[in-house]
Amino acid sequence: MNWLTDIIRPRIRSIVGDQKEVPDNLWHKCPSCEGMLFHRDLQDNMNVCTHCGHHLRITVKERLAIMFDDGRYETIDLPKVAYDPLKFKDRKKYSDRLKDSQNKTGLKDAMTIAKGTIGGQNVVIAAFNFSFMGGSMGAGVGEAIVRAAKEAVKTKSAFITIPASGGARMQEGMLSLVQMPRSIIAVEMVKEEGLPYIVLLTDPTTGGVSASFAMLGDIHLAEPGSTIGFAGRRVIEETVRETLPDDFQTAEYLQEHGIVDVVVKRADLRETLGRMLNLLMDPQGDSAGGTKKKGSNAKVNGKAAPAKTSSGGKNKSPAAKATKQIQAAQSAAKSAKKNKKKSAKKPAAKKVAKA
Amino acid sequence: MSQLDFEKPILELEAKIAELHHVSGDSAVNIADEITRMQTKASRLLQQAYSKLTPAQKVQIARHQQRPHFCDYISALIEDFTPLAGDRNFAEDHALIGGLGRFQGQSCIIMGQEKGHDTQSRIKHNFGMARPEGYRKAQRLMKMASQFQLPIITLVDTAGAYPGMGAEERGQSEAIAKSIETCLRTDVPIITVIIGEGGSGGAIAIAVADRIYMLEHSIYSVISPEGCASILWRSGDYAKDAATALKLTAQDLKQLKLIDGIIPEPTGGAHRYQEETIHNVERTIQKAMKDLMPWDKEKLLKSRREKFLAFGRNI
Repeated sequence: MNWLTDIIRPRIRSIVGDQKEVPDNLWHKCPSCEGMLFHRDLQDNMNVCTHCGHHLRITVKERLAIMFDDGRYETIDLPKVAYDPLKFKDRKKYSDRLKDSQNKTGLKDAMTIAKGTIGGQNVVIAAFNFSFMGGSMGAGVGEAIVRAAKEAVKTKSAFITIPASGGARMQEGMLSLVQMPRSIIAVEMVKEEGLPYIVLLTDPTTGGVSASFAMLGDIHLAEPGSTIGFAGRRVIEETVRETLPDDFQTAEYLQEHGIVDVVVKRADLRETLGRMLNLLMDPQGDSAGGTKKKGSNAKVNGKAAPAKTSSGGKNKSPAAKATKQIQAAQSAAKSAKKNKKKSAKKPAAKKVAKA
Repeated sequence: MSQLDFEKPILELEAKIAELHHVSGDSAVNIADEITRMQTKASRLLQQAYSKLTPAQKVQIARHQQRPHFCDYISALIEDFTPLAGDRNFAEDHALIGGLGRFQGQSCIIMGQEKGHDTQSRIKHNFGMARPEGYRKAQRLMKMASQFQLPIITLVDTAGAYPGMGAEERGQSEAIAKSIETCLRTDVPIITVIIGEGGSGGAIAIAVADRIYMLEHSIYSVISPEGCASILWRSGDYAKDAATALKLTAQDLKQLKLIDGIIPEPTGGAHRYQEETIHNVERTIQKAMKDLMPWDKEKLLKSRREKFLAFGRNI
């Protein structure tokens, strides 16, 4: 037993023993593959799992830094609104919940407005802070979207919203529901000026937030694996009494169903947005942003190329099958024609119809 | 649901009166006095109950099965009603009915959710819970109204948009969002009446209007009191508290300046006095339409936008 207690144990201790002194938050567990992630690796990788590529939630600050050119941007103060006009109280007062969230996050409400450039083009971003009461949308958030849209119009900028929200803030009752049309009015102001409105759907985008400004983008981007939908999964399961597919309401699922344009990895976000904004805002490619882009465009294309083929590959598979079938049918028809012209036409036609 | 718990003593008394009427018909004994006495008592009880309704009781009344539904309003108020079906993409949705018709001689587009009145019709109308097709049909009809410059009347009565797998796959969120957007872009007068239950996004999708009215005992809320209680109180048992906290009654929402007016219901509620209630709704729509019809397109669009932007700022 001596070798076990005297040699092996100290060795194990020397490798793992220090762990108790290590603070908990240095290591994260990937919610998808359960792999252990060192906090610095995770940070360097934009909060994307280094093992499986799962996109973990990210703070608005970190997100804005990876989106704007050189990570530089300017924030705009949130407009003041009348908080808690209902004097709402459940097990706890809404005003207290609000204060708790404000103290915890150092934010005034679940929204950050920022402006800067992406791909050289002026951009105003309205981003939800999920950590602030689940990113719920009340009067403060709605008013902030209006404020951000006005800023975009004033500075002739593209408008980008980044929802990360469970939906309406029910503690504000009907005043939260009317933020749906109010936020849509904001988006209308931007669209009327001919400025691009892009939505980056992140985890989660549900309820009243998904059923308003978030579904009205000129372009819908989504982060891989994000949950996006109107009703909650559990509510649907209880209503229809059947189990839903695992990937139900994910970004990829929504793309398959025609609701999302592009599922973009965090690492490709700035390039993708820059390219889109330049295509939309600089049609001749002659502005400062345009010329700057020309050089980087090759890079963009070079980098985007494999992504394109890989995503295209997924989409292609059924199409490729179909063309193969048609080809097969045609070749069958041809060969049949060679053999017996009259009788061959019928089966060939049938096969084509099937394909 | 066909009986409200707080109405029980009144209903019992009414049953007795009916019985006495029956008896008095074939007996020589004069019991007219007794009947009148009981009738006075019944109406007093009704008055008492309806003068101090709690929000939770209003939720019950708003959902009452005998309350006039969309189809009752159509048959009473709309001549030449011509329902139009389908979203031209996928399906017809019987939960949200819409079409052309005449309101007091004026051709208009009218739409709203229909919950159904018995098991069979409730299933047909999916309990008034529309799928994306319903909201896409609504968009189609609003565009048609704009094309022919016809005013729009929407009658809202739904627990909410349908939460189903197919509905999600076909873009329930997008359909609702687009429906709100279409309301904001439609350059003809839009008049909305919440006639029963105004359930969240499924209701507001067709309720972004120039005039928004609520029947006296209708409700309009961001979430059902039951849903709210189960999330915030972690138990559905607190639905009554949630109903109060959510400020979902017509009276609360008038105070918050989120609606333009309250349409009175006779004492005893719309479920007891269908005709009178429908008539009150008619008069309100008539007045609103008279006000709005002279407005030009720009004024309509601009003031509708300003109206919604003012919500929350003006309290």
